[in-house]
Parts: sequence; structure tokens; C-alpha cells
Amino acid sequence: MSIIKVKFFARIREEMGRAEDQVEFKPGLKVSDIWNRASGDDEMPEAMLVAVNMEHVKGDPELKEGDEVAFFPPVTGG
Amino acid sequence: MRVELRPAPFDAVAEVGDYRAAGGSPGKSGATSIFIGTMRDFNEGEEVGAMTLEHYPGMTEKHLKEICEHAAGQWAVHDILLLHRTGDIEVGEDIVLVATWAAHRGDAIDATRFIIEDLKHRAPFWKKETVSDGERWVDRNTSGYSAAD
Repeated sequence: MSIIKVKFFARIREEMGRAEDQVEFKPGLKVSDIWNRASGDDEMPEAMLVAVNMEHVKGDPELKEGDEVAFFPPVTGG
Repeated sequence: MRVELRPAPFDAVAEVGDYRAAGGSPGKSGATSIFIGTMRDFNEGEEVGAMTLEHYPGMTEKHLKEICEHAAGQWAVHDILLLHRTGDIEVGEDIVLVATWAAHRGDAIDATRFIIEDLKHRAPFWKKETVSDGERWVDRNTSGYSAAD
């Protein structure tokens, strides 16, 4: 079975109550599908950032087999 | 170029000296530009006792390296040193060090400024502060100027 690895960081991780999910890949799967499934159809927080395979993404891109998707709040390093 | 995450405290000034001493080509760079970010004991009007810095293992390192590579392509810098803390941080400890070397000051200063600003806007780190009534996530970074904060 091919999977999508899903990661949550910082405040999002705490709100989800877990750091990772694994979701079965299906053709046509988008970032919003992953979020809806993980959150129980909660609306995506407006300021939330998304990375696919460790690159920032905008919008709602379609995913490929084996992708890693991460959801996190605005960054506060430095 | 050296880009590292540091889970333990480091002395940013000493790190610059050590890196420069090991650099091997004295006389090449007429300019060294250094930015050091240090943990304050206040934020958003409250006293802060300590902080935890979370990151995204893999993406954070990749992103920091990309920022430095971009700066090296944009300005005529000879070398870049970027160190960033992770984990539990106490007041007064250094959080980030950006040092760049170039023939002339403009390239060094501009590259340093670009690296720290891009890092603050895009590198995946998240601060959680310990304040008097518990812990809180920092929601956003400040603009960098007191008057605009």
C-alpha cells in the first residue's frame, strides 16, 4: 500500500494531539483532502502553512505517491 | 560554507573567531558582517523565563542551506557561517548566528541581512515561551524595528 506521510508541528501538532498520520494514497488526492481527513473536516486555519516534500506550497496542490505533507503555523525562528 | 543546527548552547562570538581562524585565506575578505540573535527576557509586554524552539528535522536544515546558497548567488560573498539553536533555550543564550565574508562591506552586510530576514520569514522554526502563567506559542515574528513592533 502506498502512503502519504502527514506531519504536524508546533501549535497545530498540539491541537491535533499527534505529530504524524499516514494516509493511503489515491490518485487525485489533494492537500485539502489530507487536512479534512486529519482534522475531521475542520476549516483550514487561515494563517496555516503547508509544505510538500519539505518545500513550502501555496494553494491546494495534488499529491503524488510517497509524498510527505506537513501542516504548521507561521514560523518564528531567528 | 557551514550551516548547522545546535541543540546545545554556543558562544556566537567565539564561533566566528574559530571559523575565521580555520578559514585558511587571510587577506581575501576585507569585510566580515555578523548578526547574532540572543534570547530576550521580555516579549509582547511580558517577562519570559525560557523558551523551546521546535523545528522540522530535514526541512529546516534544507531550507537554511538554500537561503545561504541563494545569498551566495546574489552577493559576492566568499563564505557564510549560519548556526541556529534548537530545543530548550535560556535567557541570554545565543539563538542564531549569521556571519558572511566578502571583499567589500556592501556585499557582506546585504547578504547577512537577507539571510536573517529570509530565515525569520520562511525557515521552519517555532518558539514556545515560558511566561509567569505557563507557556505560550509565539504567533509571529516582529518586524525587526522597535517602533513597528
